[in-house]
Amino acid sequence: MSSTARSPFVPHTAAEVEAMLARIGLRNLDELFEAIPADARFPAIDLPQPLSEMEAMAELRALADENKNLEHLACFLGAGAYQHYIPSIVSHVTGRSEFYTAYTPYQPEVSQGTLQSIFEYQSMICELTGMDVSNASHYDGATAAAESVIMAVSASRDKKKRIVLSPTLHPEYRETIRTYTQGMDLTFVGDQDLSTRDPNALAALVDDETACLIVQNPDFMGRIWDLEGLADQVHAHKALLVVACNPIALGLLRTPGSLDADVAIGEGQPLGIPPSYGGPGLGFFTCKREHVRRTAGRIVGQTLDTRGQTGYVITLATREQHIRRERATSNICSNQGLNALAACVYMAALGKQGLREVAALCYHKAHYAAQRIDQLPGYTVLADGPFFHEFVVRCPRPVSTVNAHLLEQDILGGLDLQPIYPSLTNCMLLCATEVNTSAQIDRLVAALQEVSA
Amino acid sequence: MTEPLIIDLSEVGRRGVSLPACDVPETALPPETLLRDSLDLPEVSEGDLMRHFVHLSQMNYAVDIGMYPLGSCTMKYNPKVNEDAAALPGFASTHPYQPAETVQGNLKLMYGLQECLNAITGFAAASLQPAAGAQGELTGALMIRAYHQARGDTQRTLMLIPDSAHGTNPASTAMVGMEMVEIKSDARGLVDLADLRAHLSDRVAGMMLTNPNTLGLFERDILEITRMVHDVGGLMYGDGANLNALLGIVRPAELGFDVMHLNLHKTFSTPHGGGGPGSGPVVAAPVLADFLPGPTATAAGPGDKAPYGLTMPVQSIGRVKAFYGHFGILVRAYTYIRMLGAAGLKGVSQIAVLNANYLQALLKDTYPVPHAGVCMHEFVAMGQLPDASDVRALDIAKRLIDYGYHPPTNYFPLIVPEALMIEPTETEPKRVLDAFAQALIDIAREAREQPELLHAAPVNSPVGRMDEVRAARTLVLRWQDRTTTE
Amino acid sequence: MKVDPECRYSKTHEWVRVEGDEAVAGISDYAQHELSDIVYVEAPEIGDSFAKGEVFCVVESVKTATDSYMPIGGEILAINEELEDSPELVNKDPYGDGWFIRFAVEDPEEVDKLMTAADYERYIERLQKEGEH
Repeated sequence: MSSTARSPFVPHTAAEVEAMLARIGLRNLDELFEAIPADARFPAIDLPQPLSEMEAMAELRALADENKNLEHLACFLGAGAYQHYIPSIVSHVTGRSEFYTAYTPYQPEVSQGTLQSIFEYQSMICELTGMDVSNASHYDGATAAAESVIMAVSASRDKKKRIVLSPTLHPEYRETIRTYTQGMDLTFVGDQDLSTRDPNALAALVDDETACLIVQNPDFMGRIWDLEGLADQVHAHKALLVVACNPIALGLLRTPGSLDADVAIGEGQPLGIPPSYGGPGLGFFTCKREHVRRTAGRIVGQTLDTRGQTGYVITLATREQHIRRERATSNICSNQGLNALAACVYMAALGKQGLREVAALCYHKAHYAAQRIDQLPGYTVLADGPFFHEFVVRCPRPVSTVNAHLLEQDILGGLDLQPIYPSLTNCMLLCATEVNTSAQIDRLVAALQEVSA
Repeated sequence: MTEPLIIDLSEVGRRGVSLPACDVPETALPPETLLRDSLDLPEVSEGDLMRHFVHLSQMNYAVDIGMYPLGSCTMKYNPKVNEDAAALPGFASTHPYQPAETVQGNLKLMYGLQECLNAITGFAAASLQPAAGAQGELTGALMIRAYHQARGDTQRTLMLIPDSAHGTNPASTAMVGMEMVEIKSDARGLVDLADLRAHLSDRVAGMMLTNPNTLGLFERDILEITRMVHDVGGLMYGDGANLNALLGIVRPAELGFDVMHLNLHKTFSTPHGGGGPGSGPVVAAPVLADFLPGPTATAAGPGDKAPYGLTMPVQSIGRVKAFYGHFGILVRAYTYIRMLGAAGLKGVSQIAVLNANYLQALLKDTYPVPHAGVCMHEFVAMGQLPDASDVRALDIAKRLIDYGYHPPTNYFPLIVPEALMIEPTETEPKRVLDAFAQALIDIAREAREQPELLHAAPVNSPVGRMDEVRAARTLVLRWQDRTTTE
Repeated sequence: MKVDPECRYSKTHEWVRVEGDEAVAGISDYAQHELSDIVYVEAPEIGDSFAKGEVFCVVESVKTATDSYMPIGGEILAINEELEDSPELVNKDPYGDGWFIRFAVEDPEEVDKLMTAADYERYIERLQKEGEH
């Protein structure tokens, strides 16, 4: 044992350790661990030599520098993770350690900051989606989708085991749903190929055994669908309609709530959260009031304290695992607390006008890019209807070839769709947001032009 | 002290951030039928917004304010350099679908972290994808299920879980379609071997075990337990919630566990964020390695374009979330492990266990500890005092707030009445432990002499005890609900 | 603790009041007191059938969810819809406005196996004594 404190995070001096051992009645630290099988006790751990803070930061910076990042690349890649401008205030709020070093707000008297901000988050997510109830968030859009399926099955009192999935629900959401429900004996239909991309074609697959229909709007390829009347078709079979949506698109587009959807879920990362190589993001989950007791995850409600002041608490906790254990609605016990706070600050900062403006900027930039690209020889924009900020381009060469050329010019091209939808040969999914300037779009168009058949 | 809701600070025409004008020709918007009507988000200035959230932050207790002795939560100090590393644009501004050759730094970090976690726990392979501890548990239960299914051993539907377990264990079991069988604890507070033996059969898929358990006790019979379960063909799931006691002390794989989740937000110092995001990587023995969720980071083979890539394990249960895990949290944990190294991590567990035993020694004469003796990183006392019968654990917990501390976990584990579960962590100095123990001793005196102080507590907090019954009955879950219920 | 003399009781604290071929059931005053403030009663659906001893309702307070077991078998004819908005009725009037279900009795002989009010009174006295130790 060294004579001084051993790391900046363990404050004990050798003298303090001695005094504490004496108070316990032990001679040395090893005596604390006699319950551990002797043969396995105190193994040598093969880890790299420890670093000082300065050295550690240098190593991390070197790793970060091995990446090409979106501050240097012109990014036209979306497909479920998006680059948007994050107002400075967001990180200044989430960087307050009163927020980020707090635990789950189980003690409301000393957690009102966290609780009220979750209540505000829930309120604004409900406003955005037009739904009655929002929980405090799930891990990401994919797991929120999985929880919506589990809830729909439970709403049928476990009698309905058939799920209709849109083929243009994000492919990783569809995979996650299938992983989550491996032990639930469910049947999935609808996402074998793109013939059921139109929600009306999908609705024809809903029958009396169906627990829910899940569509994404705008769909995975950016297309905006008119979902008017879809809920009626689904409800005729006592099934639930689940709509996966993009929160920025909801700055402009009709809400799932106004379309009578039962559940609306999605990825909240565009609301002030950096893409961070895919996580942590923010799964938002909203539903009609009648389903609130079947929802998974934490929910915050308003009440009064003993002094008559308005305050906030975790409520409806009897659904959760720490109370109902094996009969809980889900095993989830965290939420994406700090990212929900980021989204809360973002929505309030952008506000009523700002969010519409960001949505409109995304829309105009994507349409401008699509129009320009569609005019290039060899390139076709596959848009058979309205789209938001993503669109499909058929390229004259394989997407990997095109993207390699773009990358040479520090342009991050779109997602190759062919591995997901084999019929979409040489097709890429491009995305534009408010961060893409007209100059960047012009560079993209010029670079694409250089790759011809 | 309360703070108005942000919507109540809203005035028409204010805004919190400016946006650029549109620099491309505009396109007609889609038809009206596809557009929304109103959008009643707040309209506030940046200054109003900042003050609002600073006021809210001041109503929180946090590790950076003081001791946060929540049992089983490992509320240790969160090194600031972790935050700086994760915020580097080279990490934070990378897209999950970037080509592998443009994110070699990310992949190298993930691969390195997988290797570190394997070295620390003794397992063969790791997946960093699970988003939190509960999701790690679900992952482990799914892997155990997939293993038996792959062998055609489909009658194994029982999961053994001790009665001291966290609620997530039975909830995860139910989610994978298995049935929970509760195993009793014995007088020592450990797994009752006779009860375990009575429940073993060829229908057992596995056992989920937290070690040290939620009483803060190391399961001394662990080698016997894992052997018994393996002998009937079951697999052992290790709940890593309490790993902070074991770094450099013992490798769980060497105790007979087959799969285990780790909580990076507990053991490896990443912040709890007011409830998340956490991160719950899963490590597995060779028998289960191929079933891990993915993709995972792999070192390249010959012919690959770049040294590191992403690969799906061959018999993978599939993905448990989009993309590759909570990457930003992985950066923080990796930074921490790099700074501490093997000796530093062992020091963490030594001192975490020392702190818990020291606090237990200071308190056990005042608050009964039903399973006294050497504990690991936490211990469970009873918030029930022989000469203050109308005072409950809840009252003691709330009174601690008035003394400037966050209360311990109470009413868990369920097998101890009026439980106060105390985990100081290694980052609290002796001086703070002494003061905390004195506060609890003073509260015990108050409980006898002035119990009304405890019933009324807390009085020094921004708000008093909340009417949770009212919250549950009226269900005001968003500000739009207020007018209809008030 | 009130015990309604008209009712029969189960060991799990449900009461049942037989009215011809039908019966009404709820939880006893002792049970509502033990649960403290009830915030929700998860009711079955009309038309569901339950055997004696099956869970037919879940009663929630803020921190607990407790099953209620069918005191005798039968098919649900009506549920107390008032409880949806006013679960506190169970606390205020457990044998009256706080009733849970009305159901068609399957086997009237099962009623005889339940405790009478007098038996139940002794039963809860015994429980309370045990609780003091």
